[in-house]
Amino acid sequence: MQTLKIIRYAAWAMVAGLIFLTAAIVLGWWRVDGPSRAPTNGGIEIKGLPQIGGPFTLVNHHGKTVTDKDFLGKPTLVFFGFTFCPDVCPTTLFETTTRLQKLGAEARDLQVLFITADPERDTPEQLALYLQSFDPRIVGLTGTQEQVDAAVLAYKAYAKKVPSEGGGYTVDHTASVFLMDRNGRFMGLIDYHEQEASALAKMRRLIAK
Amino acid sequence: MTRFRLPAPESCERPRKHSSISRGWIGRLTFLFTFLTLALPHLAMAHDFSAGDIKIDHPWVRATPTGAKVAGGYVTIENFGNKPDRLISATMEASKQVELHEMSLTDGVMRMRGLPTGILVPAGGRIEMKPGGFHIMFLDLQRQLRQGEKVAGTLIFERAGIVQIEFQVDAIGALGSASGGHQH
Repeated sequence: MQTLKIIRYAAWAMVAGLIFLTAAIVLGWWRVDGPSRAPTNGGIEIKGLPQIGGPFTLVNHHGKTVTDKDFLGKPTLVFFGFTFCPDVCPTTLFETTTRLQKLGAEARDLQVLFITADPERDTPEQLALYLQSFDPRIVGLTGTQEQVDAAVLAYKAYAKKVPSEGGGYTVDHTASVFLMDRNGRFMGLIDYHEQEASALAKMRRLIAK
Repeated sequence: MTRFRLPAPESCERPRKHSSISRGWIGRLTFLFTFLTLALPHLAMAHDFSAGDIKIDHPWVRATPTGAKVAGGYVTIENFGNKPDRLISATMEASKQVELHEMSLTDGVMRMRGLPTGILVPAGGRIEMKPGGFHIMFLDLQRQLRQGEKVAGTLIFERAGIVQIEFQVDAIGALGSASGGHQH
């Protein structure tokens, strides 16, 4: 009788083990590959709000006052620069222009904002003149020093006026491009030295969101 | 145009760089062939200048957007002498003010700094100015610089003095010296 009892317990234990194993496998599948898997899109997914980007009031290159609200509803690229910049800024504007061309119709919704880090010299007229050399979709933004400072701060960017030897000045500034989705949420950055394929992939992913 | 003469057998008395491969016709032909293969593409695009021990290769400026008041200039300088020299200034027709700068990109931030004491070119050394590093900052630009044109200018050295050069205007998106084939 004792032997039968042991066999019965062992059998129940095995059934319990089997149920547990099956449940674990089903649950694992459910969460990793099944209906409740996290949406990945092949990239890094940002959870929550990193508080990059935010309210700004600036003046566009046509002289019209605009706010961040005017750009909601469409994916947007944002970067900082100035027209007295010999290297990084014309390169970023040029690369953005060629990327917009490469994306063609895919990028018809995409907005590009070039916020000056040097509002003293970059008037709306100067921005309008400068941007004639690049894709017409690129919007130049300037404003008072306080308005520009607020935008720089909202994007957790860096911009600092540095005097130069000839009595003039230059501006140190963030060189990366901010990717913002339709809801004004920060989705990532394109680095200044980003590989072309990677930059295009990031832009496509932003547009598809 | 660089003039090239085959080293004569007598020239073996003087130690020459390529004397070891110039023995006999086969050697000479091999040398000539190698020279032409390596040098022709360069000669076709040759855009270099020299003064004393200083050789200046492919001075170029970035084409400027409309309304731009500044332009970045780049050049490769080689010093074949046994004394260091220093690039202290430069000029370019179309620009009224110039500074020598060093650019850096760290932690995503672009910084530009003046180099008030110029750029040292060590004895036997080579300085390659290119986007992302040293550049000649031309300010107070009087007109737009368009890709393909050549603009007269000078480089001013502490030792070699004033060297007349021509800046070639390359694309707005150009990344490096065209003659060196460093296009990325």
